[in-house]
Amino acid sequence: MSKTDTQASQSSKFSVADHLKEIVTGFVSLLKGMKLTFGYLISPKKVITQQYPENRETLKMFPRFRGRLKFRLDEEGRHLCTACSMCERACPNGTISVLSTKDENKRKVLAKYVYRLNQCTLCNLCVESCPFGALEMGHDFEMASYDRDSLVFILNQKEQDNDN
Amino acid sequence: MQNNIDSSLYPTTNGVGDFVRSMLSAQSAELVNNVLAIIAILMVVALSPVVLIWLERKVAAHFQARLGPMRVGWHGMLQPMADGIKLIFKEVLKPEGADSFIFFLAPILPATASFLVLTVIPFDHHLQVTDLPAGVLYVIAVSGLGVMGVLLAGWSSNNKYSLLGAMRSGAQMISYEISLAFLMLLIVLLSGTASLREIVFSQQGTVMDWWIFKFPVFGFIAFVLFLISSTAELNRGPFDIAEAESELTGGFSTEYSGISFAMFFLAEFVNMFVAAALTTTFFLGGFLSPQFGIAPLDQVLNMVPGFIWFFLKSYVVIFIFMWFRWTFPRPRVDQLMDLEWKILLPLNLLIMITGGIFVGMGWV
Repeated sequence: MSKTDTQASQSSKFSVADHLKEIVTGFVSLLKGMKLTFGYLISPKKVITQQYPENRETLKMFPRFRGRLKFRLDEEGRHLCTACSMCERACPNGTISVLSTKDENKRKVLAKYVYRLNQCTLCNLCVESCPFGALEMGHDFEMASYDRDSLVFILNQKEQDNDN
Repeated sequence: MQNNIDSSLYPTTNGVGDFVRSMLSAQSAELVNNVLAIIAILMVVALSPVVLIWLERKVAAHFQARLGPMRVGWHGMLQPMADGIKLIFKEVLKPEGADSFIFFLAPILPATASFLVLTVIPFDHHLQVTDLPAGVLYVIAVSGLGVMGVLLAGWSSNNKYSLLGAMRSGAQMISYEISLAFLMLLIVLLSGTASLREIVFSQQGTVMDWWIFKFPVFGFIAFVLFLISSTAELNRGPFDIAEAESELTGGFSTEYSGISFAMFFLAEFVNMFVAAALTTTFFLGGFLSPQFGIAPLDQVLNMVPGFIWFFLKSYVVIFIFMWFRWTFPRPRVDQLMDLEWKILLPLNLLIMITGGIFVGMGWV
């Protein structure tokens, strides 16, 4: 940096006009912040807190919520899984086991999709890795259980069969 | 200033005091009245934190799109009681090597300081424990005790975090006390009196006669500066770098638990009320009802007792303090000191000079 540059930067550093401008713009930005928070204060509709046990019947989780894994079903209620095992490989915890079998045309089809919720961190990697969009994170969050075994689900079977 | 106070309109005695005086001899009546006054002030000290803690939590929550306490009582009304009971039943711990006497003395000092300031605040024309002729000087002197409590707490805890926190708080409070004192002196300069009661009476008239508007433009700037300095003096957010609960340990109160911590907590909220009360007295016309120059409306507003106006105005100021706390980010220590010594203090001196010119030219 040349000598004139240093002088220029120093003179701009101690300029009274700039100092005052900084103070004024600072105050304006503070007032903007106060306007924003006041907006939150006077609009109770923006409150995001849920009064959980009371509103259990009407509580709807937001779209991005990650509950326990489930199959995405098409209109006829069929899952889209082709037993390619990409999700099993993507899972860092060994939560998923895809057990495949051969159908009458010797094609690979899904036999059992084992999902162990007790090992799952709900990280969403399986959903992202699925090439067919067969998986999604559910919105069910009341998942507490007295028995670890009851947290192992077979996703391609109906709920009542999942009791093990 | 004395001559424009209408003593028949604003008597200095109230009903309770007159009743005691009519029942007892002059000497014992004075004693009883003083005891009653102390009890009344103690009630303010004890009850305002209860209200303020609830208010703080609710207002904070709604500023952040939350609900705040909802379970204990209606909309969490009893939450401060629950907090208080929890703190009372917690064990009071003393760190090894701490100076016992000072360690347990320190929590009492900040609350005492605010109690002492409350005695000169005119809650109404007949609700003031004592009206000192140099009330402003007394307020400046006594509020310094709060810093003592903080410094002693940090020193006696035998803990480096406490000591550093206390030193930071102390430096901050002493720096901002200068601004605060200057602003108080500005009002003394403008109103020509140092008694808080007469400062209130110097703002008689319409809303435009309050010092915030009566001293054109500069009065409003002074009001904003007073709010900023009070916030810093109270060690409240955004100037709570000493505590900074999300970043550091608890500052000077690191080693305190149970009831001694509760005393600091209580003092914090009483101090907030005291700061708001002083702002009201100096800038917002104290207990005087707001007058807008419209006769029927003014008569209705005049029917409301003065102390209700006083508390209303104070709580508006308290709301502004809370608004500050839950909106602004926390500055660094050097930025905080820059704000005081490079911005507020020169601005204060400028306003003082302008005030002097205004008074000298007879414009105010």
